[in-house]
Amino acid sequence: MAESLLAIRGLTKRFGGLLASNGIDLDVAPGETHAIIGPNGAGKTTLIGQLAGDLSPDAGSIRFADQDVTRLSAPHRARRGLARSFQVTSIFRDFSALDNVALAVQAHAGRSFRFWRPARTESALREPARAALESVGLGARADVLAARLAHGEQRQLEIAMALATAPRLLLLDEPVAGMGFDESQRMVRFLATLKRRMTIVLVEHDMDAVFTLADRISVMVYGRIIATGTPAEVRGNEAVRRAYLGEDQA
Amino acid sequence: MALSRRTIALAAGALVLALVPPIAALTNQPFYVDLVRRMMIFAIAAASLDLILGYGGMVSFGHAAYLGIGAYAVGIPAFYGVENGWLQWGLAITAAALAAAVIGAISLRTSGVSFIMITLAFAQMLYYLGISLETYGGDNGMRLAGRSRFGGPIDLRDPAVFYYVVLAILAVLLALGRRLVDSRFGMVIRAAKSNEARARAIGLSPVPYKLTAFVIAGGAGGLAGALLANQTEYLTPDFMHWTRSGEIMFMVILGGMGTLFGPVIGAVALLLLEDVLSALTAHWQIILGPILILVVLFAKRGLFGLVAGAETRDG
Repeated sequence: MAESLLAIRGLTKRFGGLLASNGIDLDVAPGETHAIIGPNGAGKTTLIGQLAGDLSPDAGSIRFADQDVTRLSAPHRARRGLARSFQVTSIFRDFSALDNVALAVQAHAGRSFRFWRPARTESALREPARAALESVGLGARADVLAARLAHGEQRQLEIAMALATAPRLLLLDEPVAGMGFDESQRMVRFLATLKRRMTIVLVEHDMDAVFTLADRISVMVYGRIIATGTPAEVRGNEAVRRAYLGEDQA
Repeated sequence: MALSRRTIALAAGALVLALVPPIAALTNQPFYVDLVRRMMIFAIAAASLDLILGYGGMVSFGHAAYLGIGAYAVGIPAFYGVENGWLQWGLAITAAALAAAVIGAISLRTSGVSFIMITLAFAQMLYYLGISLETYGGDNGMRLAGRSRFGGPIDLRDPAVFYYVVLAILAVLLALGRRLVDSRFGMVIRAAKSNEARARAIGLSPVPYKLTAFVIAGGAGGLAGALLANQTEYLTPDFMHWTRSGEIMFMVILGGMGTLFGPVIGAVALLLLEDVLSALTAHWQIILGPILILVVLFAKRGLFGLVAGAETRDG
């Protein structure tokens, strides 16, 4: 698949005796929403860490938008259009919601060695930031301190920050984790609209969310991908049922 | 624009500082010009530390090193008869900024306790370097032959003129600092302090920005050192001792981290307390300690928070 936006080959990461990534091959096509599922300890977080650039693999390669990014740092990958949300909400807590997103806009604009003009009155930063906040439904909460937002709002804020960097690929690490039923429903509905215009890699435990959103699903067990396919294929896959889905889906 | 408590406090503070020399002259208490000038010099050092400590989250435990470098940059040329102030002070800023670039480039590879220890170690190295400079008095330090000369009406031998020079430098640096922390650059170092992983994930590589802030703070610290040498007309390696670094850090914490103006209050308060308490007892630090602990525990944004209102965001 030459036209993959993200192409992972033979990705291997070892922590002492544990093979957290065991020769992972994975392709994500432009426009698709690709979910990665698997039981706890399967190595999903390690994979995300290597994709984002926080962990460097022991072997293998990651190509993103036709360039080898295996050795690039997280900020470099982000500037090339790889945006992420974190499993545990990660925001600038002591800044307002709008400041949070404006920082993401600023990071994407790439010109931060500016010492004189107040950044908080720069419309080139504030307006796109406001638009990104509106798009996730946080428009009315722009001036609230990020720490004071509700948990679900903070997760929305993370996504607004990711969107503000004009990403080519969105890496979502458990976006509905820790949300109540209504909140998670709302988030899934939002992601369903987002997936129409965005390539998404989604790591998620919530199977309803995964089967609603994913175009394709890869199943990870013990550091390996044991199956990749459409939701229907994965649901019907014997190995997957045995290893993972078993009790919920039977 | 409604006048906030913060604006009123700032205006009142500036007015009081501006009025010190005439009032001291009227009441025939020239000592106060000297004392407040000393406070303002330390305020410059503390505010420059606040840029990296309060805004950038870099716990530099060696800020006195720049003070010392600045002082020696005045003292050594003066020793050889070069008393031109532009040259001395320019050298002070440049040398301190260069030192900060080296110290920052190395220490910013680490974080947390290692960062604190490396900055402390560098400052102590410079302290011992100062002791080893026998030509310039070694351990005992040396007298400054004369205050820096600028020509024209700027004659630092006049206590009031020197006072207003220091006040002007303090005001300009605070105004520049204010612009700096609110600029795009400032937002980056504050974001990196707030959540470095998040900053990296949106595409900001914090180190170049942090290093730049470190160098700016070092340069300002060097200027404070040049002023301090003129203030005391004496320089010693003690300017660089780690306890001095701790003192400057206390000024920042006492006044309020990440407020820029707070450290000015912190410097004034700490030197005032030292002055008052040391007149009461030789063991004045036993009283000072608990006061500092109380401020740290109960005044979230330091003395500045008490004055300007704790809800004030980022000074």
